[in-house]
Formats: sequence, C-alpha cells, structure tokens
Amino acid sequence: MAFRLKGAHVPHRKRTATLSAVRMSVPETVTLPMVMHIGAPATPVVKAGDAVYVGTLIAQQNGVVSSPVHASVSGTVSAVGEILLSTGKTAPAVTITSDGQMTADPAITPPTVTDRDSLIAALKKSGIVGLGGAGFPTYVKLGADKPLDIEELVINGAECEPYITSDSVTMVDRAEDIAFAIDTLTAHLNIGKVIIGIEKNKPQAIAAMKQLAKKNDKIQVCVLPSLYPQGGEKVLVYHTTGKVIPAGKLPIDVGCVVCNSTTMATIGQFLKTGMPLVEKCITVDGSAVKEPKNVIAPIGTSLKDVFEFCGGFTAEPEKVLYGGPMMGISVPDLDAPVLKNTNAVLALNAKDAKAPKTTACIKCGSCANHCPMGINPVTIAKALRHEDWETLEEAGTMLCMECGCCAFVCPAKRPIVQNNKLAKAALRAANAKEAK
Amino acid sequence: MASKLHISVSPHIRSSITTQRIMLDVVLSLLPATLAGCILFGWNALAVVGVCVLTAVLSECIFNLIIKKEQTIGDLSAVVTGLLLALNLPANIPLWQAAVGAIFAIVVVKCLFGGIGCNLVNPAITARVFMLIAFGTMAKAAFPVGMDAVSGATPLTELAQEKTVPLMDLFLGNTGGAIGETCALALLIGGVYLLIRRVISWHIPVAFIGTVFVFSLLLEGFDFTAALSWVLSGGLLIGAFFMATDYVTSPATSLGKLIFGFGAGIITVLIRFYGNYPEGVSFGILMMNILNPYIEIWAPRKLFGGKRV
Repeated sequence: MAFRLKGAHVPHRKRTATLSAVRMSVPETVTLPMVMHIGAPATPVVKAGDAVYVGTLIAQQNGVVSSPVHASVSGTVSAVGEILLSTGKTAPAVTITSDGQMTADPAITPPTVTDRDSLIAALKKSGIVGLGGAGFPTYVKLGADKPLDIEELVINGAECEPYITSDSVTMVDRAEDIAFAIDTLTAHLNIGKVIIGIEKNKPQAIAAMKQLAKKNDKIQVCVLPSLYPQGGEKVLVYHTTGKVIPAGKLPIDVGCVVCNSTTMATIGQFLKTGMPLVEKCITVDGSAVKEPKNVIAPIGTSLKDVFEFCGGFTAEPEKVLYGGPMMGISVPDLDAPVLKNTNAVLALNAKDAKAPKTTACIKCGSCANHCPMGINPVTIAKALRHEDWETLEEAGTMLCMECGCCAFVCPAKRPIVQNNKLAKAALRAANAKEAK
Repeated sequence: MASKLHISVSPHIRSSITTQRIMLDVVLSLLPATLAGCILFGWNALAVVGVCVLTAVLSECIFNLIIKKEQTIGDLSAVVTGLLLALNLPANIPLWQAAVGAIFAIVVVKCLFGGIGCNLVNPAITARVFMLIAFGTMAKAAFPVGMDAVSGATPLTELAQEKTVPLMDLFLGNTGGAIGETCALALLIGGVYLLIRRVISWHIPVAFIGTVFVFSLLLEGFDFTAALSWVLSGGLLIGAFFMATDYVTSPATSLGKLIFGFGAGIITVLIRFYGNYPEGVSFGILMMNILNPYIEIWAPRKLFGGKRV
C-alpha cells in the first residue's frame, strides 16, 4: 500500500474487552420501531391483542430496500403506535408485553439453502441488516436483484470506536457462527476471497479469526493499526484491499462487499436455526454505568431496562448514546429502545457530558491533517458561510463520513462535524434546486 | 417524562489539546532564548520582555473591554506575541518604544482584524518591521554585557562587509543583536521542543533555513563557514522556528509549508546580500504571510477517491 489514510489516536477505554456477552433478564415490554434500517419503514402486520412468539413476523418489508421486523419476546402485542426516533422523526412502532417465557415461534425451521436465489430469499426474510452502522439490508448488499461479482468480502471487525467491544466479543464467542456464514456465502455467491480486518488492539478476536483462516484458505485475517476510523467503510476497504472507492460510489463498484463481523455471526446463526434477527449483543458502558457489560438484549428493550440490568447508574447520566463517543447518537430519554444496528449504549456522567468551550479557529490545520478523506473543514466552513456551492463541491464536502477526527483533535473545540453536516445538507439542497 | 439528557452532535469526546495548551508550549519553548537573552544582555533585556508581554496582554484586554467582546487573554496568544516581539528587540531600546511596538502588534495587526485566528500577518513580525522603519530599532543594537562595545554593528553587518565572526560566538549568542535572536543554542532547544510536542512540523524551519544555507553557500563561493555564519546570524532561527510557523499566517499542508519556507528563505537571502537592510528574515516572513492565501491554492489537498462525479 502506498500510504495509510490519516486518522486520530482516540482513547480505547475498552473495559469490557474480556467480558463474554451475558443474556439479560426478560424485559416486561419491548418497543420495536419500524425503522431500524436504511430504506422504507416496515409495515406492521399485527394489531393490539395478537399473541406473538419470539421470531414471529410483526411487520413486513416495504419495497426492495427495506427489512421485515420480528417479535423479540413472546407475549401479546399491546399497541401499534408511534415512536420518536433519535433522528427527530417519528416512525410506527409495535409494543409487545412479554409473558416472560421467551417461547420461540414453533413455525421457525432452518432455511433450506441450495443456491444463490434460495440464500438471498432466506436472508430477505431474516430481517438482518448491517449491524455495525447504518443498517443497510444485508440481502440487498449481497445482490438482491442480480448476481454480484464479489472479489473481496471484507468482514469489518475493526471496532475502532472507544468503549465498544461487542464485535470483538462476538468474534471470540461466536467464531463458529461466523465460519458457518462464510462457508454458506462463499458456497453460493461469487466471492473471490474473504478478508477479516481487525485492529491490532484485539488479540483474542484476531486469534479466533486466525483459527478460521487455518481451516479455509479463502479467508485472510488483516491486522490493522489501532487508528480511528479504521472501521470506516472506505478506510477499511483501502487498508485491506488497497482499493480506492471513488467519491459517490459504493464498495461493490470496486468489487467489494463490507459486512460487519456481528452481522456475519447473525447470518450464521440464522442459517443454522432459522431464528431471524431478534436480539443484539451490545456493549453497555460509560462513566455513569455501574457495571459495564456486554449484554445480549432483545431488540426493542428500553435503554432503561438495559442499564438497570447493568446495576444502574453510579451518577445521574447527563448524556446517553447509541454507539460510541466518536459517531454515536445522543438520545433524548431512557425510553429509547435497543435497535437492530445498536452495538453499544453509553451513559455519560456530568463531567463527560459537558460540552467543551468553543474558541476561535487558529487555522492550525489539525482538522485537515487528521481527515482520512483529505478534506479541509476550514474551507468548507468558509464556503458554507458564503453559500459558495462550487467551492463546497470542490472541497469534497460530500466525502465527509462524519467520523469526527477533525472535531476530536481541534484545539479550539469547534463544532466541525455539525458544520460539515450542515454543509452537506445545504449542498444537497442547492444541487436539487439546480436540477429542477 | 421530563427529560434532562443532553443532546448534541457527535463526537462526544475531545482530545486534551487546546489553543491555550499550544500557546503555553510556545511560551515554554521560548524560555531558553529568553533566559539566554537575559543572561547575555542583563536587566535591560528582562525589562523589555516584561514591558512587551504586559503591554500586549493589557492592550488585548482593554481592546476586548472597549468593543465588548468576550475576553480572550486567557488563550495566552497575547503573551506569545509580546514575548516574541521582545525577543526581536535589542535590549537597549527605550521601553516606551517597546510598549508602542506591543500595542501596534496586538491592536493594529491582530485585534482590528478580528483577533486570534483572523490576522493576515504575524503580529510580532509586523511590529518588528514597523519599529525597524519607525525607530530604526536594530541600527544600534546592544551588545552583550561585558563586551567592549556597548552597541554597534551586528554580525549581519559584519558579514555583509566580508568580515568573519567566530562561529562559537554565534552559536552561544555572544554577539550583538536582538534579545532572543543571538543564542542559536537556546533557539534550537526551543525549536526541538516544539517539534517533539508536535506543535510545529519540520517543513517550514527546514525549508526556510535550508534555503538560506544553500543560497548563502552559492553566493559565498562554497565557503561553508560563511554559509553557516549566515544561518546562525540575525533573526533566521527565531524566525524560522517560532514566527514563520505561526498557524494563522502559514499554510497547513506539507507542500504549502515547504513553499512558504522556501519563499521566505529566498527573500531573506536577496535582502541580506543585495538589499538596503542588513536583515531580511522579517520581510521574508511578512511577504510570505501576504502570499499565504495563494499558497493554499497552489498546494491543495488531495481528496481520497476524488470529487463527487
């Protein structure tokens, strides 16, 4: 490789790295939003009063880019209502009151997979979406409409965010599921090789995956430096394959598909048992959490229940996040549910939640010098102020993946990611206007 | 439910680097040169340093009060400007002149343009040039305490007249000149500190000093001692390590920094060898400060994966 992309040395804080996932006690209720993936919201197919089992379909997918939703506890549907998402939008949601039994749907049987089409059809029904980040439906990524020529299937085990260890723990605890998923996918899809990318600060996960590579020569383990954002899709593809994904393109445009390691484990488990995506291993940590843990929680469990299972709080939490501190989304209250793509929930105490004081930009260039995409946020900020769309375009505004390296290193503590988000939205709006 | 959770855009953690910490590092890196200056030039030097730093901080404070702007003296940038200016002045300068210089640097060059981060040119360098022209500051620069002469020609003038100055005197600072510019050893210690702390990168100092060395070597007919004398004399080291590297007025890309250092080096050599003034470092930096916005255009960043198509 000619050079490595830039990034930031963020603190690791992986206190839960050696803690195997524990299944939490059954919550009294779960609330499952119909939007836990990229694409159209799923359409509820149950009504209040319906009895459901674990794995029962409660909402069907709506169009190609969408995903079905399944009951995560057994019990009775208590409401089909609405929920406020962390994006600020509302979505339909199904609330289930648990009977405490966690009875699996008797209709569930392992899918029969004999070829590409039956594999894709099975995954379509599994409700599995990209579990590491955006929640892109997995069956679409693997070629919903036509067979794909996948030169490299890159399995993302980088886990570069501070605190989070759910992926690495999954790689250690559920290596067999991952192996089963790899075997099935490589048997029925056109996949050249499988590269598992892991940051070097996860020796157990690296060892577990190297065991898989010993048994299957299509598998390579690529040990990556611990430099955030190693798990960013474009960064990972470049560092594992040397391929550059052009601006505005997807990994498949350079012959790659990127799947999170936990997504692979979930695919493996689904193919073995037929149980759709109903639970999630999440890291529960942060300065306000009493007992940091890796928890297997039914999807839709409220964060309140999850934190309670971890011994509650050491101090009143001032900020609660879905995901890690670099790209995580802050939630308005503890009623927020565990989503399909939730990999961690963090509760921060007053000290960690305190917003730093923003001072004037001193043009040190640190933001630009740490940007993996080579963007200069100072140029973007200036162009946005002047509504100079051409310069915004030239400056690579749309390349920004909001990884937050710029804002992390900024000595003036400027809200750079916020500004880049505004610039992206403004540029999109300006381009849409021009297109009219 | 009454929610009391904070909502904000990511990232939710920040590094410990702050503007204040960077400025503190610059102040610390200038302490060896300040100390050397005070030892070499005596109490006068300390007085000049005190007057410049105090005046700089006070003028920024008062300016902020007058225009009802949030107080910014806590970021220590005014301390850096005051200290740098003092180190660029001779110890025998009247103290009122030093104060005028500090006020000029802070009020005219920095605050009137919008304060920290908004100035077009480096405040200390510009004030030095202003004082050079207004007061003829460096013409009668002080000599270190104990030397025969009280004031007179600096090594640069001597070199221009093809006299030689012992290299060891230049290295230890036992020559005439500004308070903080004569002791090369102290400046190098400070420069290395800034490099280790990653406050500055090597590009500007190496390009600047390298250019001056190479062109001095050519113009001196490959006389290494003479070329080295040119490097160790005058304000080159303090300028290259501490003033040309000012974030606000220098480029942020590696290539841009090399261009900046090279340009400043060329102008310095041209003025030293062919100009009317003995010293060209200040003019070199000032000129490149002005060209900085263009350098950023000439040396753009390479985007990963190109622009959107």
